[in-house]
Amino acid sequence: MTRFSNEERLGVLLRLLPPAPAGWVRAAQEMPIARRTFDEIVSRAEADLAFRAALVADLEQALAAEGFEPDRRVLDEIRDRLTNN
Amino acid sequence: MTRHSSLTDAELVRACRAGDSEAWNELVERYSRYVYAIAVRGFRLSDDDAEDVFQDVFTRIYLRLDSLRDDSALRPWIAQLTRRRCLDALASKSRETPAEDELMYEETSDLTDVEEAFAVREALAGLSETCQEMLDRFFARDQSYRTIGEELDIPSGTIASRIARCLGRLREQLEGRNPPAEGSRG
Repeated sequence: MTRFSNEERLGVLLRLLPPAPAGWVRAAQEMPIARRTFDEIVSRAEADLAFRAALVADLEQALAAEGFEPDRRVLDEIRDRLTNN
Repeated sequence: MTRHSSLTDAELVRACRAGDSEAWNELVERYSRYVYAIAVRGFRLSDDDAEDVFQDVFTRIYLRLDSLRDDSALRPWIAQLTRRRCLDALASKSRETPAEDELMYEETSDLTDVEEAFAVREALAGLSETCQEMLDRFFARDQSYRTIGEELDIPSGTIASRIARCLGRLREQLEGRNPPAEGSRG
């Protein structure tokens, strides 16, 4: 494999893959938990009309009152789901 | 090193499908630099857009892992998801700022380099832990000889020659002079 025979080039290629910001990586690793939270909230909103109404009225407050602390992306997704269903 | 870091991509995918959270952590760890580099180097996205793409790509991977037909084809699948998502981000940006409509968003040559860089990174896994640390810290993390010396407890005056030796070993690894590392991925 001659394309890697130049060590200077190897250095350039190594520089091309710096670590992604640690917070991004952590959020992606915690994403399965965020998905479970999303699923739980959505299925509850489908089954409980009062909860759904509270979410529509004030999403963040309604979730906080029930002990949920979803991140921004999950909040946006729930908002989308409530608007489109 | 975790017990999952020596798994092949196909083994990792199977473990993720079985709900193994450590496997998921390893998958994110293994591909985080790759997705980040495609977004930032390949498509030159801003940090905000790159973060959205990054999270969205890993969400899609997680949700669609069952649809991957060939478990060993994880990397091309991730590359495709990331490129599509980057193009979407650029398209939506150009709709927001019509003045940029005439700009052509083409894949840069950096994208090809990112693929090569990933191959180099995989070969890096075949070197000693010290070499891996040293090369990663110096090149990818842009750390000084002094910082590397302090953090690895190595005299800073010897760092340059050690880096040169490690680079030589990496080259040999890539040229196939060394046998592939045990548990090499793919």
